[in-house]
Amino acid sequence: MIEQSLLGLWYGFGVAFDPHNLMWSLFGVLVGNLVGVIPGMGTMSTISVLLPLTFGMQPVPAILMLAGIFYGSTYGGAISAILLNLPSHPPHAVACLDGYPLTKQGKGGKALGLAMLASFFATGFGILVMLFASPLLVAVAFKFGPAEIFSVMLLGLLAGSTMSRGSAIKGVAMVLLGLLCGVVGTDVNSGTVRFSFGVHELWDGLNLIALALGMFAVGDFLLNVNRTVYATHSASVRARDMMPNWADVKQSFLPMLRGTLIGTLFGAMPGTGPTITSFIGYAFERKVSKTPERFGHGAIEGIVASEAASHAKAQVDFVPTMCLGIPGDPIMALILGALMIQGITPGPQLITEHPDLFWGLIASFWVGNALLLLLNVPMIGIWVKVLRVPYRYLFPSAMFFVVIGVYSHDSNLFHIAEMLAIGAATALLMALKFPIAPILLGFVLGPMVEENFRRALMVSNGSMSIFIDRPVSAGFVAVSALLILLQIVAYLRGTRNKLGVLPT
Amino acid sequence: MRSLFSYNKDYYGGGLMILVGLAAVRAGTQYPMGTLARMGPGLFPTALGAILAAIGLAIALSARSAVAPSPHPAGSESGAHPAFDPRAWGGIIGGTLAFMLLSKYGGLVPATFALVFISAMGDRENSLMEAFLLSISMVVIAVVAFWWALQLQFSLFSWG
Repeated sequence: MIEQSLLGLWYGFGVAFDPHNLMWSLFGVLVGNLVGVIPGMGTMSTISVLLPLTFGMQPVPAILMLAGIFYGSTYGGAISAILLNLPSHPPHAVACLDGYPLTKQGKGGKALGLAMLASFFATGFGILVMLFASPLLVAVAFKFGPAEIFSVMLLGLLAGSTMSRGSAIKGVAMVLLGLLCGVVGTDVNSGTVRFSFGVHELWDGLNLIALALGMFAVGDFLLNVNRTVYATHSASVRARDMMPNWADVKQSFLPMLRGTLIGTLFGAMPGTGPTITSFIGYAFERKVSKTPERFGHGAIEGIVASEAASHAKAQVDFVPTMCLGIPGDPIMALILGALMIQGITPGPQLITEHPDLFWGLIASFWVGNALLLLLNVPMIGIWVKVLRVPYRYLFPSAMFFVVIGVYSHDSNLFHIAEMLAIGAATALLMALKFPIAPILLGFVLGPMVEENFRRALMVSNGSMSIFIDRPVSAGFVAVSALLILLQIVAYLRGTRNKLGVLPT
Repeated sequence: MRSLFSYNKDYYGGGLMILVGLAAVRAGTQYPMGTLARMGPGLFPTALGAILAAIGLAIALSARSAVAPSPHPAGSESGAHPAFDPRAWGGIIGGTLAFMLLSKYGGLVPATFALVFISAMGDRENSLMEAFLLSISMVVIAVVAFWWALQLQFSLFSWG
């Protein structure tokens, strides 16, 4: 098994170093980093805005570029979190806690350098795990029937909605809304067109690009324009400020390792978002620290551990996405959607059917991250300048990219209107404090959930007990039930505690 | 408006989910249900709608006791604010609609200009001059990057 993986990896490096692929990977990394640095552009909006660029491309360079955009934007997010105290990507919220104090002390460059080192280390570790876990998972996944697939998706949806930020029950509501959005269009089993409101363009379902851009770009703009006041000052950071000295590296090595292990562990659990992972990495580090009082005032260990945790998690997350076709979080859901637009169905057959894509992707993670580490040092000066671009110039320009992106997909003006409507609805939901990312998770998984639910019950002749009669499926159902139970307990305990506490 | 919204968001949010759920149930029951063993196209959406309505009810009922939704570390969007800023909404929606109209009866250049200009005017701090310069630069990018380099099928100017 291991030998096979190594051979695959060797082949993958060949794919990743192919000049054409390498160019697109580099392009994705650069653009992702650039857009990710911009305050207010999170990973989701970055990927959504750049997704249309991949349509005209071959699947392999397209997915390499998308992956590049993904980790490029997470690196970029760390920059705006540490230098400006702006968590444009929620997992980086923790990096703000200690990163910004360090910036105020004039050590922002060093914090950035170490955060990037931690990301690189964690990603490398995550790739190793991915390398050896994927073939194992594939072997298991081939034995899955519709009942198991449904149960594992149920768990993924529940975990994805309840364990992200914000209210758990509202997350569940949003997943359900996403599932309903996924119902729109022609039902594959009966050919019935559902929820199309008589609009011919909706027969193929809601458009993923229109949905993603409406949710993560337009909705955001509608809510933030005239309201968001971003910090105007920013620290000046030069390349040589980023070089950590030996003492720093020694101090950060163990936190880095602990963060990585926590991230890997959480990556193996479907649905636990990167935000919660980075928070736990941070909390754990504070717990084991001999000087917990330094945390929040510029403790480098906090940054390193949380960044390592979220990056390891992000990497390991690719395993269920590629091998089972079940995305661990909304970002993976978006990448999964992009794969499907390319006509590739992720699942256990992916490794054998598209080895170039699978192994090329893994190898390109290494290549891309090495590129990022090398690029970010000389280019930090440029990123700092990008940080100063005011929002009022940014969003109109972004609107152009968004609109042209939706339009270029199939030159249909209807999708622009669709995106606008989705954006307005999202703004309303965000104003009502609903977490919106689970909608995308539900939307992408919706058709698969329904399909497998129906097939499982066809096999069992209508008996619901199939989901608990089969041991693997029963395990997933039990964990799901436990998750719901935990939420109810936490809720009840929370209301009791809060009676005496003033709302903040 | 503000007091209505900041009063208790979950109350309205839950209500909205009940409405959406019930609407889905009503629409879902229009399609054949089938049996559990041979499910029709109506069953899954109807079930989803029913669960959503139930969750909406739970959200609305717990609205009173739920306080402090999520810890927000850095506070870039802290505090309750109304969702509706007429100028921002007008700029973004108006700009997009103008793009849709002008892409049919005008071409890429006027459509891009209108989109960026109108959206930019949605921000109170942008002056006419700034919006104009921003729009011109986006038109240049549109022409060079999308029309020329990416070969987007979109004529620069068209009449009808």
